[in-house]
Amino acid sequence: MNVEIKRSGNRLTAFLSGEIDHHSAVSIRTAIDKELDMGNATALILDFGAVNFMDSSGLGMIFGRYKKMNSSGGTLKLQNVPKPIERILRMAGVYTIIGISGGGKNEKLS
Amino acid sequence: MKNYLKMSFMGISENEATARTAAAAVFSELNPTIEQIADVRTAVSEAVTNAIVHGYRGTSGMVEMECSIMGDIFTVIVSDKGCGIENLELAMQPFYTTAKGEERTGIGFAVMQAFMDNLEVTSEIGKGTKVTMKKRVKAFDDVSELSAVRC
Repeated sequence: MNVEIKRSGNRLTAFLSGEIDHHSAVSIRTAIDKELDMGNATALILDFGAVNFMDSSGLGMIFGRYKKMNSSGGTLKLQNVPKPIERILRMAGVYTIIGISGGGKNEKLS
Repeated sequence: MKNYLKMSFMGISENEATARTAAAAVFSELNPTIEQIADVRTAVSEAVTNAIVHGYRGTSGMVEMECSIMGDIFTVIVSDKGCGIENLELAMQPFYTTAKGEERTGIGFAVMQAFMDNLEVTSEIGKGTKVTMKKRVKAFDDVSELSAVRC
């Protein structure tokens, strides 16, 4: 499993690890959505601290969770993003898109 | 030619990591930087994922990968015998995807283009797709250049 999810009140933090590609993105997505579907989560934090590889399938997973949080008025934040992964995030404009409309707030990503 | 590797594997997502690891291992012989290795791993992952997700679209098929080193240039070719790409020009535009609803971003080709020095795609409907990517690792030309970096 490439994800460990911790809940603190209305905040869910998903600690991602290892390599995020088309194969692992499916199980990560399923695990996070299962927690989100239980309700009461207004903030989702994706922690990339232990991720050592991510391709565009990981971007799809991020955009998908963003849409899900946004549709319920919640926010998405990314944290501890390693440099090599930041490159692909910037290329896809993740910071711009999520930063502008994350839950109707200008959510600053760290 | 300094090295050559050819592998053929089932087009299933489990093999994506194997393919990019093998390609990175061959590429490493050119003494690239960690960033350059990450570039190759990502680009190969995109090409193999495309073959599996778009080329075979849930059907089974084999993906072939060839890696070679000639001089200071690494070449990787990823090919499938899947459905082929109907409109290559459109497919190569960032954020265009035919797999809507599957959380595909449509930036696979853009990533390959950005992370490699050269990208060439040929495709034929019903026959398959072939992606050729090249990356050059410039070696230090002389001792003075090397010592300048060391300082």
